[in-house]
Amino acid sequence: MSFDVLATAAKIGLWLGILLNVTPVMAWVERRGSALIQDRPGPNRLGPFGIFQSLADGVKFLFKETFPPAGADRLLYLLAPVLSLVPALTTYVVIPFGPTLEIRGHQVPLIVAPADTGVLLLLGLASLGVYSLIMAGYSSNNKFSLMGAIRASAQMISYELALTLAVVAVLLPAGSLRLDDVVSYQQGPLWLGILPRWNVFPQLVGFMVFLIAAFAETNRLPFDLPEAESELVAGYHTEYGGMRFAMFFMGEYMAMAALAALGATLYFGGWSLPGIDLSGWGGAALGLGVLLFKIGLFMWFFVWVRWSFPRFRYDQLMRLGWKVLLPVAIANLIAVAAMTLAGWL
Amino acid sequence: MELGIFVAFALLAVASAIVVVAHRNPVYSTLSLVVTLVSTAAMFVLLGAPFIAALQILIYTGAIVVLFLFVIMLLNVRREAFAPAANQGQRWGAALAGAAFAGLLLVMLWRAYAGVPAQPLAADLVSLTGLARSLFTRYMLPFQIIGLLLLAAVTAATVLARRPDAVDFGDRGEGAGGEP
Repeated sequence: MSFDVLATAAKIGLWLGILLNVTPVMAWVERRGSALIQDRPGPNRLGPFGIFQSLADGVKFLFKETFPPAGADRLLYLLAPVLSLVPALTTYVVIPFGPTLEIRGHQVPLIVAPADTGVLLLLGLASLGVYSLIMAGYSSNNKFSLMGAIRASAQMISYELALTLAVVAVLLPAGSLRLDDVVSYQQGPLWLGILPRWNVFPQLVGFMVFLIAAFAETNRLPFDLPEAESELVAGYHTEYGGMRFAMFFMGEYMAMAALAALGATLYFGGWSLPGIDLSGWGGAALGLGVLLFKIGLFMWFFVWVRWSFPRFRYDQLMRLGWKVLLPVAIANLIAVAAMTLAGWL
Repeated sequence: MELGIFVAFALLAVASAIVVVAHRNPVYSTLSLVVTLVSTAAMFVLLGAPFIAALQILIYTGAIVVLFLFVIMLLNVRREAFAPAANQGQRWGAALAGAAFAGLLLVMLWRAYAGVPAQPLAADLVSLTGLARSLFTRYMLPFQIIGLLLLAAVTAATVLARRPDAVDFGDRGEGAGGEP
């Protein structure tokens, strides 16, 4: 086996290790966080601060009996939860997580796939996530599941446009689709001599569009209409239980982590720190820590918003997506293009 | 190795394309179309055009086929009980299109075997910069015309979908209440 294959396998292994731990950690953070916001103790039985609660939940998921409902389309029903993990487990490949290392004479960039298509690949793979929801809703032979799936697909298509336009505006000043180029652009001289050269400062409007669209793309509250429990029981995963439900659960948290990593990389400098040269093994470890810290802040923000805002009505959701976010994103793109041409960015 | 991957995806593309046409359940047909598009995208990557592959996944599988599924599910299209009585014009049209496609394939095969040199897939044809440059210089007019065509289609769809007496949910006041 060649050195490159081994290096790529090691990088994939590192990401998988991180991503597969996102769900148990976030399930605990979500429950303790909601308890904190609602002024109640939350899970506190197993371990200090209930930290092993996710372990108990996992055991419960594994031992719970699961069965397809009567009249279900068995093939699609069984395929849907597995497919929900596919975009979550592939999008990280274009996220850079450290400087280029030199190992035994080989240059190893800390990014799994340094492809020129970069962020387009990420957006394309992320957009495949909607199929698992549609298949789950269609195959369950349940009208609530079907309605949840239809809502999910309409919502994801609507907000994908605004999300993509916001991302394009970030790529303009960097002049590249590659996220490692976006990161190195953000390591440039400070804005006005004090602010780090992060895209969030000149493109605050674009960042707001990205953030709102990210909530809608991951079906998180205040946009969790596809699984609005007061109307649709549990939406597209109404008929799922046990480990199959857990897969949807994992898919949702890993998709959140992927969008958080994208947001941290596009707007907050990714793994880099302003004014500090991260290189070598120490720099790589610190860079990974910095990226994970930024992802963690995004994830906490997801939790914080979920337990602070009520759910939108469906027509409000569509109006916000098409009549507010999309025009704002287009205006932002034109403004950023003009500023880039003028040489301000 | 590369040939093996190519053959695997080529077979997958053909097999799923057959399912698209032959399956009685429209949802299965549409989902097979996704498999076809993803496998052709993989073939684009192997041919050295990753940008086109990414666009194909982003636009076709990520948006357009989702809309197909959306329409099928909204209209609640049932499984076809038997082969539809095809109308005669459609049959002739299909035969004509099939013949034209077969002719194109034959010409390409003939060129390949007769040793007519094909234009090499140079970087300025498939790279992002190269594509952008040719799109905004040499193919500027067709590019703009396609934009106009899409605009016309969007306008027409809006006019068709919007009845003059329909209630516009979007502009209703917040206090109107009730289910939309």
